[in-house]
Amino acid sequence: MHTGKKYEKKGSIIRANRHIGSHIALIFWSFLVIFPLWVMIINSFKDRLSIYENPYWLPKKWNFLNYASILHDGDFLNYFKNSFVVVISSLLLVLLIGALAGYAFANWRGRISHALFLFMIAGMMLPIKIASIRLLEMVRAFGLLNTVFSLIPIYIAMGIPIAVFVLTEFIREIPAELTEAGVMDGAGRFCIFRMIIIPLIRPALATVGIYNLVPFWNDLWFPLIFITDEKSKTLLLGVTRLFGQYQTDWSKVLAVLTLSAIPVMIMYLAMSKQFIAGLTAGAVKG
Amino acid sequence: MKKGMMVSGKYWLFYLVPALFFYVVFMAYPLLDSLKLSFFSGNTIGSRTFVGFDNFITLFTDPDKSTRYWEAFIHTCIFFVIHMLVQNSLGILFAVILTDRTMQHRDMYRTIIFIPTTLAVLITGYLWKLMLNPVWSGAMLEKIGLGFLAQPWLGNEKTALPLVALVSCWQWVGIPTMMFTAAFQNIPAELIEAGRMEGASSWDLFRKIKVPMIMPVVGMIAILTFVNNFNAFDVVFAMENVNGAPAYSTDLIGTLFYRVGIAGQHPVGIPDTGLGAAIATITFIVLCAGVLPTLRKTQTKEA
Repeated sequence: MHTGKKYEKKGSIIRANRHIGSHIALIFWSFLVIFPLWVMIINSFKDRLSIYENPYWLPKKWNFLNYASILHDGDFLNYFKNSFVVVISSLLLVLLIGALAGYAFANWRGRISHALFLFMIAGMMLPIKIASIRLLEMVRAFGLLNTVFSLIPIYIAMGIPIAVFVLTEFIREIPAELTEAGVMDGAGRFCIFRMIIIPLIRPALATVGIYNLVPFWNDLWFPLIFITDEKSKTLLLGVTRLFGQYQTDWSKVLAVLTLSAIPVMIMYLAMSKQFIAGLTAGAVKG
Repeated sequence: MKKGMMVSGKYWLFYLVPALFFYVVFMAYPLLDSLKLSFFSGNTIGSRTFVGFDNFITLFTDPDKSTRYWEAFIHTCIFFVIHMLVQNSLGILFAVILTDRTMQHRDMYRTIIFIPTTLAVLITGYLWKLMLNPVWSGAMLEKIGLGFLAQPWLGNEKTALPLVALVSCWQWVGIPTMMFTAAFQNIPAELIEAGRMEGASSWDLFRKIKVPMIMPVVGMIAILTFVNNFNAFDVVFAMENVNGAPAYSTDLIGTLFYRVGIAGQHPVGIPDTGLGAAIATITFIVLCAGVLPTLRKTQTKEA
C-alpha cells in the first residue's frame, strides 16, 4: 500500500500531461450537457422576438413576464401540486411497505420466503409498460381513471422490488446485539421495527427514495394513458399541453421547461453524491 | 438478530401482505393477464372471445400491420445498437477517466455527466427539438461558419432516427458511466499494480485486466439498455410524435404499441387491445430471449 502511494507521487507530473486528452474530452462533453440547459434558462428571460436575435447569450433586457404569466395561469401550479402529491405519497408508501417486507425477509429464512423474495425482486427487470393494456382496464374498472389515485398504486408496485432488495440486505446486516437488547426489554417485534430498525436503516431509505423519486417524478407514460382531465394532470403531462399551446412563443415554452426542470435539478446539484449513488444502486448491487 | 426472533413464517407473512398485495395486483397479475389478452379478440370491453393465434397472424400477415411492425422492430434494433455503440462506449471511456486517481476535477465532471439523467426525457427531448430547429439556430450557426448545419434534421427520414437515439444517449450516458466507475473501483488495486510492475502499458492493463473484470457489469448494462430501449417512448413522443414522424421513420415498438393498443389509430380511433397485447407479448418474449442468455453468460462468475 505504502509503496503504491509513493509510486503514484513520483509519476504524477508525467501523468498530469497525459490527462490533457481526457480533460479535452470531458470539457467537450460538459459543454454538450450544459449548453442546452444554458440556452433554455437564458432564453426563458427574453421575449418572443428577441429570442432570435442572439439565442446563445444573456438577454439585453431581462423579461420576467413569461414566468409571471405561467404562474398566474392556475393550471401550471395545479399540475405541480398533482405531481407533488402523487410522488410524495407513492414514495412514503413504497418506503413503509418495503421496510416492512425487508424486515420480514431479513428474519424469516426458509424456502417459501426465499421463493417470495426472488419473485419480488424479479420485478426490477420486468418492464411494467408491457402490462399497460390490462392496467388501463383495471384503473377504469376501479373508477380511478382521470384521478391522480390511478398512478399511486402502480408507482408503489414499480418501487417495491428495489425497496425490498436494498432494505432486506441492509436490515440483515444490522448486528443482532442491537435488536436483542430490545427483546430483553420485552419489546414486541413491531416495536423493535419502529424504534430500532427504522432509525438504523435511514441511509438505505434515502437510497431507495432517490432511486424511485426520479422515475416517479419524470414518468410520462402512465399519466398520459390514464389522465385526460386538466385538473388531474401531472406536471409533465401538463407540460405537453403547454408546449403545444405556447408553440409560437418559444421564450414561454422555455420558461415552462425551466420551471419543470428546476426542482429536480436543484435537488440533484445540492446532493449529487446521494443522487448518483441512489440512481445506480439497484444496478450496481445486482 | 436471531435469538428471540424465531417465530413462524405465518407471522412474517403478515409483514409481507402489503408488499405482496401491490406487487401482485398491480404488476405480476396485469403482466401475465396482458399476455393472455393476446389470445382474445379485443375491440370492446366485455365481449371478448378467444381467437387463438389470430392476433399474431394478423400482425404478421396483414400487409399494413406487418409493415408497421417490422419497421418499428428494425428501428428499435437500430436504436438499441446506437445506444450500445455510443452511450455505452462513452460510459466506459468516461469511467476510465473518472477512476484515474491522478485526474483532477473528477467530481465536477461526474456531476455534470449525470445531470441529464435526472431530468425528464420529455423536457430534454423538447429542448433538443428546439435546439435542432434551423429557424432558430440557423442565424447563429451561419455566423460561426457552420451554416450548412442548419437543416431540418428531425424532419429528414434518414437523420431523424439516429438523432433521436443520440439525444437519448446524451440523456442516459450517466448510468453506464457510474456503473462502470463502480466496477473499475472494485478491481483490486494490487492486480493493477502487479501488472504495472511487469511493465504492462495502460492499454494492456485495460484490455487484459480491467475488461475481463468488468464483464458482469457489461452484461448488466447490455440488459438494462435492451429492456429500456424496447420500452422507449418518451423521446420519440417529445421530439417527433406518436406516429414516429417523419413518415414513420422514428416509429419504435413503444410508439407502435401505444397507437395500436392504447390510443387507437387512424382511421378507427379505437384501440385494438388484442393486437396491442400481441405486440406486448412478442416484446416480452424478445426481452426474455435477450436477457436470460446474457444473464447466464455474464453473471456466472459471481456465483
